[in-house]
Amino acid sequence: MNSIEVKDLTKKFGDFTAVDHINFEIKQGEIFGFLGANGAGKTTAMRMLIGLLTPTSGTGTVAGYDVNTQSEEIKKHIGYMSQKFSLYNNLTVKENIRFYGGLYNIPGKELKVKTDELMARLGLTDYANKLLQGLPLGWKQKLAFSVAIQHKPKIVFLDEPTGGVDPVTRRQFWEMIYEAANEGITVFVTTHYMDEAEYCDRVSIMVDGKIAALDTPATLKKQFETENMDGVFRKLARGAARTE
Amino acid sequence: MKSSFIAMVIKEFKHVIRDGRSLFFLLAQPVMMILLFGFALSNEVKESKVIIVDHAHDLASKGLIQRIDQNRYFHVIGSLSNESEAKEIFEQGRASLIIVFPENFSDDLKHQYKSSVQLIADAHDPNTAAIITTYASAVFRDFQNEQLGLLKMPYEIKVETRMLYNPQLISAYNFVPGVMTLILMILGAMMTSVAIVREKELGTMEVLLASPMHPLQIVLSKAIPYLVLAFITVIIILVLSVFVLHVPIRGSLLLLLAESLLFISTTLALGLLISTITEQQQVAMFISLVGLMLPSLIFSGFMFPIENMPLVLQIISNVIPTKWYYNIVRAIMVKGLGFMSIWKETVILLGMTLVLLTVAIKKFKVHLS
Repeated sequence: MNSIEVKDLTKKFGDFTAVDHINFEIKQGEIFGFLGANGAGKTTAMRMLIGLLTPTSGTGTVAGYDVNTQSEEIKKHIGYMSQKFSLYNNLTVKENIRFYGGLYNIPGKELKVKTDELMARLGLTDYANKLLQGLPLGWKQKLAFSVAIQHKPKIVFLDEPTGGVDPVTRRQFWEMIYEAANEGITVFVTTHYMDEAEYCDRVSIMVDGKIAALDTPATLKKQFETENMDGVFRKLARGAARTE
Repeated sequence: MKSSFIAMVIKEFKHVIRDGRSLFFLLAQPVMMILLFGFALSNEVKESKVIIVDHAHDLASKGLIQRIDQNRYFHVIGSLSNESEAKEIFEQGRASLIIVFPENFSDDLKHQYKSSVQLIADAHDPNTAAIITTYASAVFRDFQNEQLGLLKMPYEIKVETRMLYNPQLISAYNFVPGVMTLILMILGAMMTSVAIVREKELGTMEVLLASPMHPLQIVLSKAIPYLVLAFITVIIILVLSVFVLHVPIRGSLLLLLAESLLFISTTLALGLLISTITEQQQVAMFISLVGLMLPSLIFSGFMFPIENMPLVLQIISNVIPTKWYYNIVRAIMVKGLGFMSIWKETVILLGMTLVLLTVAIKKFKVHLS
């Protein structure tokens, strides 16, 4: 069964068509890169998938639930890490973990065990009762990702998760993504970094609300006759009408 | 109750407790306001400085001057030979009242049964000027009545005044309900709206909305801590006014607390509404302070009597929640009335709360799609 299926999904704001009849299918455990310039419609498309926006037309399922009618069910089975920072600076490491666990209704006893495990895995046990604001950004980012998948979602949506993070930490972050995918979690990730696009199983590139290309990075590079994803992206983005 | 709801409420409490600004706003501000109004800001006039211009220098004028100096509202600080210096005295702020006795003051009284005294007041503050000239006139009236004991007037009307509920005209009876109303209004609306808008600004609101928690629950769970804290504020204000300012609660304390809870809900609903139409904390704060503070102050009836306003403003005052709560608090605290005399106000507040809440929820949903 496909983890995400989308058919002619469209979102209009007045006269403006932000997302224009997009189609794709994503398999369970796949790492799917969702690329596009600013304003191409990535965020709008993603918001429809996570149940924050209702589509104007088109159909789709996420984790087997209908995006038009079952957004409450969808929310229970996904994790989400927003582009802006999704943890609270004036809560401690432990409180942040427990808060998000509570938000997804993980029972108290189980949550207590999970919290300790998670902190141990991330090497944050010594910082359990420290306020988050003192932590380096990279650590916060890794914590935010771990928190987003602690309720064992079927799919995790990552909206530009590595913005502003140094290359070493980004590398570590991607190792965590691979680990999650190996456990069977589908990863839907948007990014600005073209080297990150290479790490994905498949990549889609949105231009002007439409999906202009969708395939494995290797096939795309061959098709567009360039050596890296950056080249693919540039060739596609050149034709974009919407610019910022 | 779901654990997600509880987790949200706990989280919100932690935010408030760790944010020094919010905590200060919640706890220190009411204390400061009550103490300020209680001890510093008062429209009672005490120890006004008086300068005497005595052209008479006779028995009657001297007696009166002594009488004025002994009065607790006045303090005679000196005398002048001529009232022409009045302007200069007021400009320098040396005194707020000048009393001029004409020549032959005693003689005129004795022989013509009639004399006059001139009061010159510094009316750049009209309220104070009105109050002190009234007080001074009262001193002269007392003197006159004593003299009348010797002579009989052909007829007289004796006016006896009784000030009900507040015989000593203590201003705290007026400002405690007023300050309570204002603080709750600002606190409830501002704290809630800022708390919600802050999450929008941080981007955490989106994460919360993508969670299984229902949007309504998210918003309500954010309002609950402020409900509790505003309630604590009510208790702080009441304790201070009873034990420090000696303003009694004549009616039922339980009723007062229940009505306060209702008013707090009104302000929280207003805060929710503000949060749905703004994206920035600063804007939310601005709307709460400027958009709510002024109408609340003007139309509560706390500082300016609504009966004296033009009809249009009187009509407008009806949609301002503070007016109704202020009436309720005064009715319970000062007059000692029961629910039967404030049911109308209660129904109005309840109605306002429901309307505000409905509009806020509608707007919130529209915002989502």
